[in-house]
Amino acid sequence: MIKLENLYKSFGDIDVLKGINLEVEKGKTAVVIGPSGSGKTTLLRCLNLLEIPNQGSITIGEKELQFQSGTKLKPTQMTLFRQQTGMVFQSYNLFPHLTVVENIMEGQVVVLKRSKTDAKKRSLDLLAKVGLSDRAEMYPHQLSGGQQQRVGIARAMAMDPKVLLFDEPTSALDPELVGEVLKVMKDLAEEGMTMVVVTHEMEFARDVADQVIFMDQGVIAEKGTPEEIFTLSTNPRTQQFLNKVAR
Amino acid sequence: MVLDERAERIIGILSDSFFPILKAGLYFTVPLTLITFTLGLILAFFTAIARISGIKPLVALAKFYVWIFRGTPLLVQLFILFYGLPSVGITLDPFPAAVLGFTLNKGAYSSEIIRAAILSTPKGQWEAAYSIGMTRAQAMRRIILPQAIRVSVPPLGNSFISLVKDTSLAATITVTEMFQKGQQVAAATYEPLWLYIEVAFIYLMFSTVLSYAQSMLERRFDRSVAK
Repeated sequence: MIKLENLYKSFGDIDVLKGINLEVEKGKTAVVIGPSGSGKTTLLRCLNLLEIPNQGSITIGEKELQFQSGTKLKPTQMTLFRQQTGMVFQSYNLFPHLTVVENIMEGQVVVLKRSKTDAKKRSLDLLAKVGLSDRAEMYPHQLSGGQQQRVGIARAMAMDPKVLLFDEPTSALDPELVGEVLKVMKDLAEEGMTMVVVTHEMEFARDVADQVIFMDQGVIAEKGTPEEIFTLSTNPRTQQFLNKVAR
Repeated sequence: MVLDERAERIIGILSDSFFPILKAGLYFTVPLTLITFTLGLILAFFTAIARISGIKPLVALAKFYVWIFRGTPLLVQLFILFYGLPSVGITLDPFPAAVLGFTLNKGAYSSEIIRAAILSTPKGQWEAAYSIGMTRAQAMRRIILPQAIRVSVPPLGNSFISLVKDTSLAATITVTEMFQKGQQVAAATYEPLWLYIEVAFIYLMFSTVLSYAQSMLERRFDRSVAK
């Protein structure tokens, strides 16, 4: 479903991604872990072109994009590529001027040209799924962080993406609200959604991931099953990181 | 005794002139304000969009326009339009000249307000809009502008109220708006102090009503403000 080949990205003089190769199969969950500054978030943002890589290629579904320095993508090309993925942000980024249900309808109506009736029905179904049916007519600022993030997931799902991307979805949450968001994500993974999750929640990675990717200094230092990374790894960088997180 | 007579005379002049001056306000000041504010907003909106479009000629044009009209006095702009242009064969009637002058001036100032409001919308809102597959234009129209408008209501309201008062400058290009009317009565009666206080009072009435309208509008937009 996802294939990255030799992906490079730098900001000015700073090389953030230094040759990333990665495959995620359909229906699988890949969890990306690693110290801050290791390039996890940049990697994720490259997948929906919020950052444009300098070199390499990204394939999602049937669409492949090649990058070279100076590559200028056409806006329509970018929009079509982006529509294959849904993104859940660390800071939710809900639209504050729209109600919860309108937040979820917006893309369906504007981008997918669904009728308002269909879009609303789908939105309410998704809200039921994330356990927020009673919040449909509220505005985002009236919800807790955990509730906002669940709306964020519903908004991404509403576009029927092939892949869901999660950028540290629980990092901005109060500890007691983390569980409700992780539960929704776990349900999605079990239903066979293809997901790439950047997170610091090691337990989630251990429980839900099909593949754990450990990034360090712009490269994938190690990847494997949760067991291979968390239990069997002999890579000193991985061990050092896991020790720090465990403490 | 003498004082009483004088007071009576002044009261007589003020009450005789109150409605003519108010009428000048309703016939000229209010329409001039409403028309130029509306046109100015439209001009400001397109200028702001041009400014952030990233299309070089448009950016340069918008910058040039704002530079000229913000950097020169409104009074001088009005004089150029009304007294200056006839010498190159363009003669404008007083009212259209005033509309044009105020629109160009307001458009330049308000475009900066709108531009700032658009830029103040968090980057995450753009990213969220892109992430659900919106184009730049869709994101702007559906996500960014509704939020930017809310942010720009208080400063635009301010500039609207200052426009009400600025319209008094139209008197200098012979538009018979409130101030001009007041000047005429003052000249005829030799009571400038009281007459101009009366004119000031009527301006105050207008701007009070408008401030109230502004605060109603702000409250309406406040409904869904993100905390």
